[in-house]
Amino acid sequence: MAELTNKERMAIPRHHMIEQDGKARAKNFSEVNLGYTIQLAKEEAERCIQCKKPLCIDGCPVAVKIPDFIKMITEGKYEEAAKILKGDNALPAVCGRVCPQEEQCEKVCIIGKKNQPVAIGYLERFVADWERENIGIQVPEISEKSGKKIAIIGGGPAGLSCAGDLIRFGHDVTIFEALHEIGGVLLYGIPEFRLPKEIVHAEVAALQKAGVKFVTNFVVGLTRTVDELLTEYDALFIGVGAGLPYFMNIPGEYLNGVYSSNEYLTRVNLMKAYKFPESDTPMFDVRGKTVAVFGGGNTAMDAVRVSIRLGAKRAMIVYRRTEAEMPARIEEIKHAKEEGVEFMLLAAPLEFIGDDDLWLRSMRMQKMELGEPDASGRRRPVPIDGAIEIIPLDVAVVAIGNGSNPIISQTTPDLVVNRWGNITVDLASMKSSKKGVFAGGDIVTGGATVILAMGAGRTAAKAIDEYLKNKEIW
Amino acid sequence: MNKIIEARFLAPDIKLFRIDAPLIAEKRKAGQFIILRVHEEGERIPLTIADSSTEQGTITIIVQGIGKTTKHLNTLEAGDDIHDLVGPLGKASHIENFGTAVSIGGGVGTAIAFPTAKALKEAGNHTISIIGGRTKDFVILEEEMRAVCDEVYPTTDDGSYGYHGFVTGKLQELIDSGKKIDFVLAIGPIPMMAAISNLTKKYGIHTVVSLNPVMIDGTGMCGGCRLSVDNKTVFACVDGPEFDAHSVDFTLLMKRNRMYMSQEKVAVEHFCNIDKMAVEVTNG
Repeated sequence: MAELTNKERMAIPRHHMIEQDGKARAKNFSEVNLGYTIQLAKEEAERCIQCKKPLCIDGCPVAVKIPDFIKMITEGKYEEAAKILKGDNALPAVCGRVCPQEEQCEKVCIIGKKNQPVAIGYLERFVADWERENIGIQVPEISEKSGKKIAIIGGGPAGLSCAGDLIRFGHDVTIFEALHEIGGVLLYGIPEFRLPKEIVHAEVAALQKAGVKFVTNFVVGLTRTVDELLTEYDALFIGVGAGLPYFMNIPGEYLNGVYSSNEYLTRVNLMKAYKFPESDTPMFDVRGKTVAVFGGGNTAMDAVRVSIRLGAKRAMIVYRRTEAEMPARIEEIKHAKEEGVEFMLLAAPLEFIGDDDLWLRSMRMQKMELGEPDASGRRRPVPIDGAIEIIPLDVAVVAIGNGSNPIISQTTPDLVVNRWGNITVDLASMKSSKKGVFAGGDIVTGGATVILAMGAGRTAAKAIDEYLKNKEIW
Repeated sequence: MNKIIEARFLAPDIKLFRIDAPLIAEKRKAGQFIILRVHEEGERIPLTIADSSTEQGTITIIVQGIGKTTKHLNTLEAGDDIHDLVGPLGKASHIENFGTAVSIGGGVGTAIAFPTAKALKEAGNHTISIIGGRTKDFVILEEEMRAVCDEVYPTTDDGSYGYHGFVTGKLQELIDSGKKIDFVLAIGPIPMMAAISNLTKKYGIHTVVSLNPVMIDGTGMCGGCRLSVDNKTVFACVDGPEFDAHSVDFTLLMKRNRMYMSQEKVAVEHFCNIDKMAVEVTNG
């Protein structure tokens, strides 16, 4: 192919990923996005003009060398592309699927000023999938053994990303996980149709192959305390996530049929309740029923789309603001709509109403309207006088976020946490108040995204490496 | 994987397992529980640790085969493995020298009451236990309780052994006899705990119950085990499992525990059918 001019590159339209048809996929748990073919990937990669000062790298929480790996795609050097990608990202096939690229690398892509930005996320996914499917995930080069031991608490995105870097730096790394499988929210939270479990398992297995050790069924704080681990390990990284679901504190939240999104999704994703009774974990049979999911984030979209697939007659998002304020990715909202999800906006539940056996039957709902802008400039939803409706309901899923899990803070008295229980750290190094202990991800920030947690894991890995090389950082 | 070192029936459908779990054995305190899965596709169920040995690195659990998982568990023998085992979970029992402490166990609840009764004795309490069962066969751990309690009163619903009647009847009798009771621990079926709670409330006796609603992770993540205690939402797994009985909404707990009853029936039938099929296959 003759070398394209930048003008020509910028005129190429963005290539869409192939998707499973909306109606068909509403009945299955298979992946919605089917990825790029080699042809599509190469054509999309040609759209990158290889900026001298690429903004996309700064837009990426783990600073992937984006133009470099894209260049390799245009040259057909996919193995090289994967190597570059994995130099900065321990879970590229995961990130290529669940990162909000439109808010990060693609948001600042220069092509996006006049055309649509380069589909960096799709290309990342293509490269990671190509490697896994064609040559198997390659183990990165590992520095000389340092002889230092690091314990990572929590096998989710923050911990896995931290482990990926620390193992490359030559350290001995062990991840301690409370659940029976490694992956954290990637396994229990994000459904199969958005992130196949097989991909999480493969990326975890690659880390294992690189030397990371995994200990499952181990609750730090209870099985062993942070202080006990510190006697055996040179440094600790805490990445336990924000695992304590918030409820709305409205009457009736105890009714049978009311779930936290964590419980609802864990039953389906981690415990495979959709296979019941072949798997042992039951859940409410939503076939032909009405399910309402409260919240406007990605977790809410996941829960409502799971409900559709489980056969709900009516599955809806109930959100107190408008679609514009929804924190969910645009793609998730679009997919949800294509699959038949209803959006009940400017609506706030006042009460869940049950029958004598305490089964959920309906909710009392207040219609809202947007009022005057508040101090932050956002128009706040305010109740419309007297606009109250009763809506029949069989299942309610509360997806309004998570607080911090108290187990570690309760058992580590000298670890400073803020009033919400989030661990206080120095954001440049992710070091906590306690010597030798670093923390990152949702346990520090409160509920955020997979990639931000991974970014924190990387920042911590770098600081841990420096700390272990005897640079005083406390 | 954790190996089963010893497995034996204490009563019909009630089986004791001593399991290799050195880390948990070393750490666990009275009142705490574990969560286990019996196989790859298994559900996670909470079970209170009845006893442990640091020297042998084992914990003991006592299981009544009611649902699919507990029935499956009760088919396992010494030498078999538990697929996943995590703990110790939850808060330890609050133990102090109350004076006279009565530990009440209904059926398999006696297994859960035992470690706390033992700890109460070690703290210097005058310890009494009331251990109930439907019939004589269902009164478990009498010998073990006698080793840690100053007075032990078995009760049976049919009068086949000990006091004829419910554990509440025996407790009422003790109260009526003028015995000064400072603390009651009640563990058993929810209606039993509710009845004990009602009784002790009348006399202002501080009473604690151990609750194990439906759980998944057991670390606070799912919120499935939420209860109303003192009209506040608490999670049994991280805030409990022991709570002040007089603050617990037992009606709510009972109805929430029935949430999966129809599925539980399906699961048990499914399990029994597989079991039957296996037998048929074995018998050729």
